Amino acid sequence: MPTVTLIEAVTMAMDHEMSVDEDVVVLGEDVGRNGGVFRATDGLQEKHGEDRVIDTPLAEAMIAGLSVGMAAQGMKPIAELQFMGFMFPAFNQIVTGAARLRNRTRGRLSVPLVVRMPYGGGIHAPEHHSESTEALFAHIPGLKVVTPSSPARAYGLLLAAIRDPDPVIFLEPKRIYRMVKQEIEDDGEAYPLETCFIDREGDDVTLVSWGATMHETLLAADELADEGISCEVIDIATIAPLDMPTIFDSVEKTGRVVIVQEAAKTGGVGSEIAAEISEHRLMSLIAPIGRVAGYDAIMPLAKMERHYMPQVVRITDEVKKVMDYS
Amino acid sequence: MPTVASFEVSYLQYLDENSQAVNDLPDFAKDTNLLTGLYKDMLFARTLDYRAMSLQRMGKMGTYPGTLGQEAVGVGSGSCLGDDDVLVPYYRGSNTMIQHGVKPHELLLYWGGDERGSDFKNPRVRQDFPIAVPIATQCLHAAGVATAMKARGQTGRAVLTEIGEGGTSEGEFYEALNVAGVWNLPLVCVINNNQWAISVPAEMQTACETFAQKGIAAGIESLQVDGNDVIAVKDAVGRAMEKARSGGGPTLIEAICYRLCDHTTADDASRYDDPEAREEAWAKEPLKRLGDYLVNLGAVTKKQLEEFEVEAKEAVEKEVEIYFDTILNNPQPVGAMFDYLYAELPEKTKAQREEVIARDLRAREGG
Ligand SMILES: Cc1ncc(C[n+]2csc(CCOP(=O)(O)OP(=O)(O)O)c2C)c(N)n1
Ligand SMILES: [Mg+2]
Repeated sequence: MPTVTLIEAVTMAMDHEMSVDEDVVVLGEDVGRNGGVFRATDGLQEKHGEDRVIDTPLAEAMIAGLSVGMAAQGMKPIAELQFMGFMFPAFNQIVTGAARLRNRTRGRLSVPLVVRMPYGGGIHAPEHHSESTEALFAHIPGLKVVTPSSPARAYGLLLAAIRDPDPVIFLEPKRIYRMVKQEIEDDGEAYPLETCFIDREGDDVTLVSWGATMHETLLAADELADEGISCEVIDIATIAPLDMPTIFDSVEKTGRVVIVQEAAKTGGVGSEIAAEISEHRLMSLIAPIGRVAGYDAIMPLAKMERHYMPQVVRITDEVKKVMDYS
Repeated sequence: MPTVASFEVSYLQYLDENSQAVNDLPDFAKDTNLLTGLYKDMLFARTLDYRAMSLQRMGKMGTYPGTLGQEAVGVGSGSCLGDDDVLVPYYRGSNTMIQHGVKPHELLLYWGGDERGSDFKNPRVRQDFPIAVPIATQCLHAAGVATAMKARGQTGRAVLTEIGEGGTSEGEFYEALNVAGVWNLPLVCVINNNQWAISVPAEMQTACETFAQKGIAAGIESLQVDGNDVIAVKDAVGRAMEKARSGGGPTLIEAICYRLCDHTTADDASRYDDPEAREEAWAKEPLKRLGDYLVNLGAVTKKQLEEFEVEAKEAVEKEVEIYFDTILNNPQPVGAMFDYLYAELPEKTKAQREEVIARDLRAREGG
């Protein structure tokens, strides 16, 4: 079994699917010869050819719009946008094109498209290279939004995203691209979308996160365990549509929730999760729902970014706050 | 069938690859002191570049986009900016910015990850835009600044913007040219055609013979210049700016050079670059081009060129010192991440500002 990083798992999933399904193609800026600026498509053009791993002109609206047209013909494009910060020209095509074609044609046309993009901070990148705006996508009906927190999940969820008949925004937490390695069988086994993963069982408080901050969330759970606080840790993995039943079950057990996100607090995915819980499980709660989030500030440049990111201490502080209720 | 319209794209060059004058030089280029000044500015650019790269390798600088081989494009066009003009640069525009009056240490601060690098202190550049990283967005901002100048009837002012050849594939580039053409805006756009958009070669961006002709489709006067010949760049941009200032409308200028460095310090061009093309490009590079010309002319000696190098190093070191002094002895307070979000921070966000300050204090006291 190969031992791979998260980004290598992304490559492996694309490679696998290109090998078994000739409709799958990869397109984007620098994805071919260069293998992507993060090397996510490394080796794919050599193996699958220039017709299937396509270096496009530099234009994100074009990449997304082309992909809609290709997908409407039954191809399965995997479009790479170089950084989430540069998805905005493509956003129009994703929202007005990809997300709506099935609905507009009453199912006559559909868009089996994956748009991949690295996101998140913590790597001392230049301006516009560190934001987390997953909530913008999650807000759009017709899109699925997925983000892996481990190599195995990257492999399994990306396979599912490629096979999904609808457009999937696949967000890659670049801070953990190379943080850990895992053994993964390259067997084409997809993970289900729309399912949360319970990474740790616990009784006192439910910690909910996704993507790179799963790392800090699990570290916080470790620290808290030493202090006798038992955390249940959930990786939502699919941000939209959300698997709320798994979260509800956990809330019924613990009665306390802390949501951790790197994105700015206001209008974030955490806000939606908190709203769902208060709508449907208010009576199970014994404490107000806590949120640890990026501040409502523009992501600072490298020198100050660490102050913006949710650190472990902010999570443990918030958990202790909700533990005051009983 | 009758021809209803036909177009030409001209190519401007004064000094050829062997530093021989191939055309009658423009008046400014007869002043060898001025040319020596341009040489020194390009040398400073190159020296700053190498220093920034070395700082990056030592972990004291963030990702840095070099300008090696492209010095004539930035220095030549930036030297045409007057006090009342506005520059709307792109991320590889360091030299254009410095020419207009941005301090080199401000650029080091920006790429070093400190927002204060975009708060240009020189009064001459207070209206200039900060570096644009999202490609082609700057072209529309520039068209907007030009629209404001035109709306207020301000002749004598014009806007300069710049973009890479790859960036000209973006819709916003075409949108900017289009509106500049229809409204006859005082706008000059310089395309730094350095042959590469990260790993993608120029011929994979367009089926056009030239990038300049993209302007023709917008009804804009468009031309190509030798981007290794600082005299040609300065002459073309200077005339275009003068035309724009006097109500003559926009110009698109494609300056042809070669990116002799990696795309940025995060890139490894050996994965895709063609070593032969790079070697050929080294023979055409702008410093050698002008330096040899000045030496052949007897305007400077080889020894003087060496002295210029020492001077450039000293000047760069002064800027590096200011950079270090700022980040080490006068770092931004953490609350600054909130202080410029709005003219006035919303009530709701004030608590977060206090939290980040308190956490920073506690972390310092704790460790
Ligand atoms: C909208 C947008 N898309 C993608 C990027 C990432 N990116 C940064 S530089 C670059 C290549 C640009 O090439 P070119 O326009 O030729 O300018 P050069 O860097 O060569 O000066 C890319 C794709 C970006 N900064 N902005
Ligand atoms: Mg280029």
